[in-house]
Amino acid sequence: MSASATPTPLESAATAPERKRWAALRDSDTLYSFLHSKVTIAAAIVTLLIICGALFAPWIAPHNPFDLREVNLINSNLPPAWMAEGNKDFLLGTDDQGRDILSTILYGSRISLSVGILSVAFAAIVGIVLGLVAGYRGGAVDTVIMRIADVQLTFPAILIALLIDGSVRAMVGGQRNEEMVFWVLIFSIGLSFWVQYARTVRGSTMVEKSKDYVLAARLIGIHPIKILFRHVLPNVIGPVLVIATINLALAVILEATLSFLGVGLPPTQPSLGTLISIGNNYLFSGEWWIAIFPGITLAALVLAVNLVGDWLRDALNPKLR
Amino acid sequence: MSTEPLVTVENLGRIYDVSKPWLNRVVERAPIQLLTAAAGVTFSIARTETFALVGESGSGKSTVAKMVVGLVPPSSGEVTIDGISMTHRRRSSERERLRRRIQMIFQAPYASLNPRWRVENIIAEPLRAFSVAQNADEQHKRVGELLRLVGLDPADGVKYPHEFSGGQRQRIAIARALSAQPEFIVCDEPTSALDVSVQAQILNLMRDLQRQFGLTYLFISHNLAVVRHMATRIGVMYLGRLVEVSPARELFRAPRHPYTRMLLDAVPDLDLTERGRKAVEGEIPNPITPPPGCAFHPRCPYAFERCRVERPVLLPSAPASVACHAVEEGRIKPGAGVLEGAVTP
Repeated sequence: MSASATPTPLESAATAPERKRWAALRDSDTLYSFLHSKVTIAAAIVTLLIICGALFAPWIAPHNPFDLREVNLINSNLPPAWMAEGNKDFLLGTDDQGRDILSTILYGSRISLSVGILSVAFAAIVGIVLGLVAGYRGGAVDTVIMRIADVQLTFPAILIALLIDGSVRAMVGGQRNEEMVFWVLIFSIGLSFWVQYARTVRGSTMVEKSKDYVLAARLIGIHPIKILFRHVLPNVIGPVLVIATINLALAVILEATLSFLGVGLPPTQPSLGTLISIGNNYLFSGEWWIAIFPGITLAALVLAVNLVGDWLRDALNPKLR
Repeated sequence: MSTEPLVTVENLGRIYDVSKPWLNRVVERAPIQLLTAAAGVTFSIARTETFALVGESGSGKSTVAKMVVGLVPPSSGEVTIDGISMTHRRRSSERERLRRRIQMIFQAPYASLNPRWRVENIIAEPLRAFSVAQNADEQHKRVGELLRLVGLDPADGVKYPHEFSGGQRQRIAIARALSAQPEFIVCDEPTSALDVSVQAQILNLMRDLQRQFGLTYLFISHNLAVVRHMATRIGVMYLGRLVEVSPARELFRAPRHPYTRMLLDAVPDLDLTERGRKAVEGEIPNPITPPPGCAFHPRCPYAFERCRVERPVLLPSAPASVACHAVEEGRIKPGAGVLEGAVTP
């Protein structure tokens, strides 16, 4: 960085905060480490592709698989376009109802990703807050929170999800609609993941709270909530990010399992998991593309997200830079 | 110097409950175990002086320091700073204002700075907490001044703590402590984690700042050489109690308490000529089960029957206050610090 071309961040701070932010980003070690890891770049591109595909599905998908006027049973079970009986309108073939596989993947990853991200966010927020409070306060508060977590862990995630789904059904009866299923899924998946966050955050918080920088903040009368979120949280968030990325993959898979068991999303609104389980029925009768292409997408998504998470862990740790 | 002391510590004590959890106690019939970290600590610090607390590890120095600034609530006794009690349960607005006038410099410069914060934010935290700086520009300017004051470059503000050496970090910690313009700074072994060469620089910086801003220090250390360099008055602690309080010069010239003598005899000096040095004997006892009578009697060469039964109290007298039966009875005179039996070559 030459002294004449780039003002030091300190000088620019007084003149233009906007420019300072850009300069800080350009000079940052995070960007440098990103640009020097080819695996991370590839993983980020794959993640972005799938996320963009999911986000813009209504515009880029060649067909709308949920519009019954567009779906034609004549087109059912067509192989991918490059195969002998393939149709160039359906690049990755069609399923048993004549829906375009590429389009259902795009729409399906939309549902999978939103369930995954929202349930992980829900679990992370609950877990982080409870973990911070338990670790910082200690004593009875800690005991109560962590015993609840222990009890929670004795139930398998699927059991919790079935339980919640059952209770919701009993409560609302026949008014259970697709949108409600979506939120019930997020709630039940999130509820089965929060314990990990709480335990990790609690452990790190107990270490951090006795460090002198926390004492220094207490000394000048900073409010405990402010200490927790401004001092302790940035120092315990690293492991949480890694857990979150692994959990994102787990959540997508758990959602697929639940959909398969009939408490998840119906085949009229299929997620990637639903697509795989539909295709599973046809795997041995020769129509491999129905299960394989959603499966590849799911695997690529999970792997890419994990790789990005791994890089993020290293990049966000200032001691490893 | 002003006659009214800035800090008064009276009969300060702290007892920790270190017993096993309730369930274990009930099942194993284990008794409740209490650890007396500090007891009956009484001293006062005049304005602009440096009062040092010395003692081996486990003597309760740090506990006293934390109680003085209010980080640890005392089990007994009272701390008064400029006439305002720090130890009342009720948090008065007076005490909130007092907070700004007290600061602390910690032992480990690696743990005392938040590793995720830029140095500028670390130093500016007290400025924000006490609304010293009106806006971001003023805050930025003030941080720059502080960095220059402690001998760092104002441009260092954008860096993270891990980009600095131990000595530089301690300078940052000092800048943070100074940022809200306190009057009273508690220094908890500020140099013990540093190289000897860096220690002197930091100590000199602290002395210069004291002169410049009229600061009052409570200086905690186990290093007598450091204390000699810094302190105007010294309190020697042993197992949570003060055994001798004396002006620094007097303490080094004529130590009175046998423990002080033992410590001084162990200090290595470069011109080891006529003075016979003697290693510190024994270890500090377990504070959960302290020896009866004078806590020092198992290690004391002058111990006699009374020491094993009756705990000596700190007898205030000029120039030095001592808690020792032998000194009280005049059996040992303030001496040059050579223990009996130590042969001079």
